[in-house]
Amino acid sequence: MNIIITREDLKKINFFLDKVVSSSLAHSVLLIDRSGQLIAQYGNNMDIDILSLSALTAANFGATAEIAKILGEEEFTLLFHKGKSENVYFTALGEHVIMVTLFDDKTSLGLIRLRINQIADELSNALVSIFKEKKEIPVLEPQRLS
Amino acid sequence: MPFINFSKDEIQCKIVYYGAGFCGKTTNLQYIYTQMGENTKGKMVSIDTRGDRTLFFDFLSLNLGKIRGFDVRVQLYTVPGQVHYDATRKLVLKGVDGVVFVADSLKVQRKKNIESLINLAKNLAEKGVSIRTVPLVLQYNKRDLDETDSEILPVEILEKDLNSMLKVPSFSASALKGAGIFETLREISKLVVKEVSRKIMLVDQQLR
Repeated sequence: MNIIITREDLKKINFFLDKVVSSSLAHSVLLIDRSGQLIAQYGNNMDIDILSLSALTAANFGATAEIAKILGEEEFTLLFHKGKSENVYFTALGEHVIMVTLFDDKTSLGLIRLRINQIADELSNALVSIFKEKKEIPVLEPQRLS
Repeated sequence: MPFINFSKDEIQCKIVYYGAGFCGKTTNLQYIYTQMGENTKGKMVSIDTRGDRTLFFDFLSLNLGKIRGFDVRVQLYTVPGQVHYDATRKLVLKGVDGVVFVADSLKVQRKKNIESLINLAKNLAEKGVSIRTVPLVLQYNKRDLDETDSEILPVEILEKDLNSMLKVPSFSASALKGAGIFETLREISKLVVKEVSRKIMLVDQQLR
C-alpha cells in the first residue's frame, strides 16, 4: 500500500489539527503513520527533530502493543509521557495513524484528552476515507528493477 | 511503502539494513552519518544496550535531492541482529521500501548469515512482501579482515550461499573503513527511487 497525501487531504487534516491546537492550548500536533512516516504537522514550536520523533513514536507504539498483548489486550490506544515542562500525549487513530500532541504547563492533561476525544472519531473517519481512496490507485505487478 | 506528500512535494522512503548480530549494520549508518553534509542529514538516533548492541533500531534520515520535482527523503533503519529480537525486526520492517542485507564475511558467521537471510524472507512474507521483488542489495562486510589472521569467506562462497537464487546487486565492503558503504547506499537508493518514480507516474496519471 502506498500513502499519497494531496493538498486537499492535508487541508481536511489541518482543519482538525487546528481544532485540537486552538481548543486545547497544546502547542503542536503531529500525525504519524504506524511505520514512522510523518503525515502532517500543525502548530508552533516545530524546531524539534520531528523525523526522529516520528520514527520513535511508531516504535514506541509497536513496543507497547507487544506489552498489551502479553496482558491480553490488543493494544493500548493512548500513551502519555510527562516531563518537567514538556508533555506528550499519543492517541491511536484507526489502524494506520497515531496522533502526537505536544503540550506544556499552560494546559492540562484533562483538557487535552477532552478535546482530542471530541474530534478523534471525526478525524479517524476522515483518515479512513483518505486511506481508502488511495487503495484504488492501481499498482503494477512488482518487478525486479536493475 | 513510499509516502508521497503532494502538499509538500516530498517523498519519504524507508530502507532497512538487515543482517545477523555484529555484522556491521549500525557501523554502516555511523559511517554514512559521519560522511554526509550537515544540510542533507538529520540526527542519528540509536536505541542500544550498554554493550553497543542494537536493542530496537538505529535511525538516520537523509535528503537525496529531487526527482520529478519531488524532494526525496530516505529514512535508514537498522534492525537488532540477535536471534531473539525477532518481534522488533518485524516492527522495523513495517512499511519497508528497500532492504540492504549485510553479510558478515567471517567464516564462523557463515551459518548465521544464511539463517538471517531466511529470517528476512520469512518476515517480509508475513507483511505480504516477497524477497524476490522488494528492492534488495547484498553487502559483504568486513572485507578488510582479509589482511589479518581472521578466516574470512571468499566473495564467491558468499555469492553462492546468499545470492545464487536472488541474483541482486552485491558489494564488498568495510563499514569500519568506509569501503563500499556509499556504493551500497547508492544502489539501494537507486532501486527504491526507481520503484517510487514508477508509482508517482501512475498516481500522476490518476490525478489528472
